[in-house]
Amino acid sequence: MRKLAVLLIIALLALTIAPLAGAQDLAPLRVQLQWVTQAQFAGYYAAQALGYYEEAGLDLEILPGGPDIGPQQVVSAGGAELGINWVPSHLAAAEGGSGNVIISQIFQRSGLRQVTWGDSGIESFEDMEGKIVGVWDFGNQFPVFASLVKAGIDPYNPDDVTIFIQPFDMNAFLNREIDTASAMTYNELAQVFEFVAEDGSFPVYTPEDVNIIDLNEFGTATLEDMVFANAEWLAQDGSEALATAFLAASYRGWAYCRDNVQECADFVLAEGPTLGTGHQVWMMNEVNKLVWPSENGIGITDPDLFQQTVDIAVTYEIISEAPADGIWRNDLAEAAHVMAMEMDPEVDLFGAEFEAAEVEITARGE
Amino acid sequence: MVANAQKSPSTPPLARAEAPPADTSAVRRVAGIVALVILAALLWEGAKAFASSVDYALPIAGATLDLTVFNDQQLPHLGAIANAFVQPAQRNGPPLYSELLSASAFTLQMAIGGFLMGGIIGFALAVIFAHSRFMQGGCLPYVVASQTVPILAIAPMIVIWLGRAGFQELAIPVIAAYLTFFPVVIYSLRGLTAVPPTALELMNSYAASKWETLVKLRLPNALPHIFTALKLSATASVVGAIIGELPSGIQQGLGIAILNFARSYTQSPERLWATIVMAGAVGIGFFVVIVILERLIVRWKRPEDG
Repeated sequence: MRKLAVLLIIALLALTIAPLAGAQDLAPLRVQLQWVTQAQFAGYYAAQALGYYEEAGLDLEILPGGPDIGPQQVVSAGGAELGINWVPSHLAAAEGGSGNVIISQIFQRSGLRQVTWGDSGIESFEDMEGKIVGVWDFGNQFPVFASLVKAGIDPYNPDDVTIFIQPFDMNAFLNREIDTASAMTYNELAQVFEFVAEDGSFPVYTPEDVNIIDLNEFGTATLEDMVFANAEWLAQDGSEALATAFLAASYRGWAYCRDNVQECADFVLAEGPTLGTGHQVWMMNEVNKLVWPSENGIGITDPDLFQQTVDIAVTYEIISEAPADGIWRNDLAEAAHVMAMEMDPEVDLFGAEFEAAEVEITARGE
Repeated sequence: MVANAQKSPSTPPLARAEAPPADTSAVRRVAGIVALVILAALLWEGAKAFASSVDYALPIAGATLDLTVFNDQQLPHLGAIANAFVQPAQRNGPPLYSELLSASAFTLQMAIGGFLMGGIIGFALAVIFAHSRFMQGGCLPYVVASQTVPILAIAPMIVIWLGRAGFQELAIPVIAAYLTFFPVVIYSLRGLTAVPPTALELMNSYAASKWETLVKLRLPNALPHIFTALKLSATASVVGAIIGELPSGIQQGLGIAILNFARSYTQSPERLWATIVMAGAVGIGFFVVIVILERLIVRWKRPEDG
């Protein structure tokens, strides 16, 4: 009986130690995404699938998000060391005491667009006076508000413009209940073109049927997907090396997706079996346009664009005052460039020659 | 009972000798269910046909009633929903039903975990409450109050707390258990305490210990009530598991399928409906399993309240 007990204990110990021994050299690290698995995060899924994280000495776990998951909250609470989020949300959380710090700006430009029908004659924010303007709630309306103000229209004055809070689909726009709608290039914009009429005819709308107004060109865009870290964790010995390794492997993943749209969409589709194939391929291609070209190299924060985001956040009271210096840093991203080049001397971290692929628009995004 | 007594008037009816329902009643029951399903299908398609015939606008007393909710975009044909099951979920991928089956397997596994956890905790609380008026008076109000807190509000907190403690894989069962333990406490407590006084006196006269009274009298008396609770818990556990998947970031259950298909609802509503049908089937299946267990275990008595 006693022998049996000893044997059992040894067996149990062996079981608990065995997986540790296998992963001896890999450091565990978790990254919290801001939404469910989709091609918006393809660079990370690609780096995972291609073994780049392992090569960088990481046992990385990608934690998908969802409607009730705030990445800032999760990272602050220690549920993950790193997170992916939009900059305005980060600013608001930081003012609330999140203690998180931005370490790499992955999307160099915003994917937010304001779309109008081609036959509406609305081709700029100036043309929106007296129109019904669809925006999203929860802070996503402010870049559009800033654009309207820049165009001389007061978004808070119903005599100037009617603001309509859109649900997260394009129905109100498709039914022409509103004159213009907010749309992310990689998601809602595609839904307009993927629309199938009641009688089954497709395509109903093509990119020629809509005007797409770009907030980046108008100078009112805010920065979106970036990597942030728990500052307390980052201050610990060795954490900076882990964060740098994560960035280096992720950059390689994004570079791979730039050159392999279909394959990267497939990595994502394998992780999300209820996602539409056509829609994810479209998303992959559009997301590439937000990352590439990266003038200063992938992941480097542009201080001017960061300031533009802060200005809009302060104007619309997302935050009460500009954050203190040190809310973002580029040193880890720069170190990650060096590390990525060491791992793969061929890797192109700038994509100066980048040209987006042509992808087919599919009915219902299938 | 009456039919039973007429069949064998000479033997006194024993409590455990109640005959199982005759075959005819089972057939009638199945026929009733089938008839209801057909009726529901007729209503569904009938409403669509009617709305279509009046061009989705029904003038009533000067006003026009908007019937566009019945169009194919909002309420797909049942045939379209059935077809969605066999179409591939992704281009060149396996059909939707096979994806939904594996999603259901995951969700059901979580639901069973929550069901067991809620059942054990609920029963343990009921036993404690049955033996201590003090505990019952002090704690039962909080048990009741717990159900007034929306599960949606506390689910993300449970995920974060358990994640910090390193038990993130327990989050979904715990969220499901939060919904399932309540009926078990209430019904078990009722079954454990509502014992016939004469039976209790008999146990006392044999100097039975509390343990013996519990096992030999209270528990058998409570079983029909407990099964009533378990039937409620079975369906609630599936709902709880689906709710719990969303704040957990789980990508392989029914919760994410519902979320993803809801996001592309305008594009292909029949997929969301197919997923809803599947989720319903999982809940009903779990319920039926408990009913069968009840029939096998509680043979001596049917609770009056079903």
